[in-house]
Amino acid sequence: MTTAANNIEIDRDKGDFKYAETHKFDAGVGLNEGTVDYICDVKGEDDWIRDFRKRALKVFQDKPMPTHWATKDLENIDFNKIRYYLAGDQRAKKSWDDVPDEVKETFERLGIPENERKFLAGVEAQFDSEAAYSNIKEAVAKDGVIFMGSTDGLMEHPEIFKKWFGKVIPTGDNKFSALNSAVFSGGSFIYVPPGVKVSHPLQAYFRINAENFGQFERTLIIADEGSEVTYMEGCTAPKFDTATLHSAVVELVAMPGAKIEYITVQNWSSNVFNLVTKRAIAHENSVVKWIDCNIGSRLTMKYPGVILKGRKARGEVLSIALANDGQHQDTGAKMIHAADDTTSNVISKSISVGKGRSTYRGQVHMPKHLKGCKNNTECDALLINSDSRTDTYPAITVRGDQNYVQHEASVSKVSAEQIFYMQQRGLSEAEAMSLSVNGFVNDLTRQFPMEYSVELKRLIELEMEGSVG
Amino acid sequence: MSSLIEDPLMEAEAGIDESIRYAFQNHMDSLDTVPDWWRNFKTNAFESYANMPMPRRNDENWRFANRKNLDLGKFQFDLDSDSADVPSLIEQSSFTETQAGSYVVADNKIVHANRAPKELTEQGVIWSPLSEAIVEHGDLLRDYFMKQAIDLGSEKFAHLHSAFVTNGVLLYIPKGIEIEAPFCSYNWSTSENGTMFPHTLVIAEENAKASVIEAHLSEGEQSAFSCGVTHIFAGVGSQLNYTLIQNLNEKTLGFQINSNIAGKDSTVNMNSVILGCGHYRSETHGQIKGSGAHVDMRSMALADADQEIDQRTLQTHSAPHTTSNLLFKNALKENSKTIFSGLIKVDAVAQQTDAYQTNRNLLLSNTAEANSLPGLEIEANDVKCSHGATTSEIQDEEIFYMLARGIPKDAAEELIVYGFFEEILENIDDEKLSGCTRQLIRKKFGS
Repeated sequence: MTTAANNIEIDRDKGDFKYAETHKFDAGVGLNEGTVDYICDVKGEDDWIRDFRKRALKVFQDKPMPTHWATKDLENIDFNKIRYYLAGDQRAKKSWDDVPDEVKETFERLGIPENERKFLAGVEAQFDSEAAYSNIKEAVAKDGVIFMGSTDGLMEHPEIFKKWFGKVIPTGDNKFSALNSAVFSGGSFIYVPPGVKVSHPLQAYFRINAENFGQFERTLIIADEGSEVTYMEGCTAPKFDTATLHSAVVELVAMPGAKIEYITVQNWSSNVFNLVTKRAIAHENSVVKWIDCNIGSRLTMKYPGVILKGRKARGEVLSIALANDGQHQDTGAKMIHAADDTTSNVISKSISVGKGRSTYRGQVHMPKHLKGCKNNTECDALLINSDSRTDTYPAITVRGDQNYVQHEASVSKVSAEQIFYMQQRGLSEAEAMSLSVNGFVNDLTRQFPMEYSVELKRLIELEMEGSVG
Repeated sequence: MSSLIEDPLMEAEAGIDESIRYAFQNHMDSLDTVPDWWRNFKTNAFESYANMPMPRRNDENWRFANRKNLDLGKFQFDLDSDSADVPSLIEQSSFTETQAGSYVVADNKIVHANRAPKELTEQGVIWSPLSEAIVEHGDLLRDYFMKQAIDLGSEKFAHLHSAFVTNGVLLYIPKGIEIEAPFCSYNWSTSENGTMFPHTLVIAEENAKASVIEAHLSEGEQSAFSCGVTHIFAGVGSQLNYTLIQNLNEKTLGFQINSNIAGKDSTVNMNSVILGCGHYRSETHGQIKGSGAHVDMRSMALADADQEIDQRTLQTHSAPHTTSNLLFKNALKENSKTIFSGLIKVDAVAQQTDAYQTNRNLLLSNTAEANSLPGLEIEANDVKCSHGATTSEIQDEEIFYMLARGIPKDAAEELIVYGFFEEILENIDDEKLSGCTRQLIRKKFGS
């Protein structure tokens, strides 16, 4: 195990470094109308965006915390101590050479430029509130694919942006989508024209560098008829003593026959509240697949959803969560069937280590007048230590004709026989445990792009280190 | 996750109808011979009822439930009628082959009593109507009456039950006594806008064994309100079987709040057969408190027309080496709606727990609605826990198999539903009782 660990390049602490802050733009601490005005002014936004933000601020202030079902830990977020906008420059650079040195160094340490050369069709790198770098390979851009920061997207392609912005996730969906709608900045904007199949993934990397900061990126991906795209996002932050807030809104639109795969490897430091709303609309014959891995953060609340709006649309959520000491991974999925013959599949695997807590929360909805809809949900939880905890709270409503839903969940621990068997063959207890845990998630990780499954495997090995005994 | 649109109309209902307070005064005035502690208990319960808000939109325990049918204004809480056709009720109150004792209760009044045989009472067995037990077994009631936590959402209605309860049964089985024949309690609703508060309290001492059968039935088609509570205390090594048959008419609003505490090495089986009520809410809490205990919770419900059957369950494991098994099966016809919300809770100390929870919904119409909320909260790691929920229609192949053998489609569907319920009914030991139940199901299917 130790020798293996020495060779691991990607690890949890890799993101735990920071640079001194040299922000040109800073909206100060706390949230009020002035904060919103400041953001609009520096970004030079149109009045409709300003109105949209201010309405959202009101909704955010009026909505209570959802603690009647969610954890009371939410009450520890002090919205008056958070900084809502920090940026060096509003416009992303197209070349790494133009990116300020310390920002460039940050992403180099995280291996982003290297990955870009190796296997990506485009990269966006966000540093605090704004994208520092955004580039798409020429061959992909030639097909008409648009990939840029949301701030730029809003300026350069308002005709596409405005049509879908806030339509999948309305401002008032929940308290945190309202917060995001009030102070959003950064995120990705992607448009794939009809019939274009983007062969390599587009990647965004989100980095929080400043203390007491809130990152509120807004991502909008539109895959036009018959197109295909894979989007990957990663995120890290240095470990501060104070709480950091990350509250994104991600909207996906899959037009008829389109295919979107959205992959997240979330590895925030353990002081980050990660409260994210992610949802897709899937039109006729389209496929939306969310692959969601949650390793980091203090509290994650995230339930990627698909509204299956067109006939034969398919939605999938594959989710892996690993909760260690002091962490609560509250994740899940929402499948809203709204057309005939739509299918959905949710597979969730969670591992609770030490005092970690993992929660699955799901919703499957099939209203009347629909027929031939199917859902399959499987949730498996693995508990490593005696004070680890896991919860499962699915909600399933079925009406209609020839619809079929099945839900299964199980909770187990690594069997003593398995560990014993491996120890007999010379593995240490920790190695055996790590192998078992990787086996537990293996059938899911096999479905991930190779680079990600390798990274995930290493992250799990590291997390498991020292968890036994 | 749920959107938080406030609902001012429902919030305004927190107060209570003054007619219920007036009825409660009448009810208290009519109790002339009861001890003071009982009087105080009821007064406190009523105040708790009056002060507690109605279930709110955001209450997780009321998710998916219709809260608009819960208006109690029209019901007669100080009911005093003798209109029931007693001989007919007694004749119909015979679901079992044998019995160790039975009571027939019409609108909270005992109209017929089969006391326990002398050889049992001599050994200390108590089989007593609640009205008598309050006077004769006050100590026992003060220790056990309404002493189990009500925590699945109907706290307000449990207080209402305590305030108005006048009858019901107390079964006490002393150490080491085993009784094969069941004790039966038949509760009839017979009056227009009547109210009934069936209560069953079972206390089993060490290594005792007994069966209890409770039936909730309607005579006539009048509207009514039923609010029942059953509490079971299973002592060390005891074995208790409980079966509830609910066949109230479809104009009845029904609540049933059940709970059991299973002590060390005890076994508790709870079976429910749910057929009636327009809106029925049942809560069942299995509290597995002693190591080696096993609790089984099974239910079948056949819903039709505009019925809403709302069932909430909780399996709490708070001792190591315990097991629990839950199976709830619903078949839905026409515009009916069911809610199954179940939670398995395993405390950190409850290592080596095996807990299972299964909900199966069979949709027989495309306007029916089945909701499932199967939940787990696990804090111990050396456990085997799982839940499964499925909702589907009858598969074409199953129908085809029967059609190919000359069975018409309607009959085939009916047979498949009977088969679906057999998994529950086969656990009812008394053959006459399971036969009666099958007949009730058939009758409902035919209507």
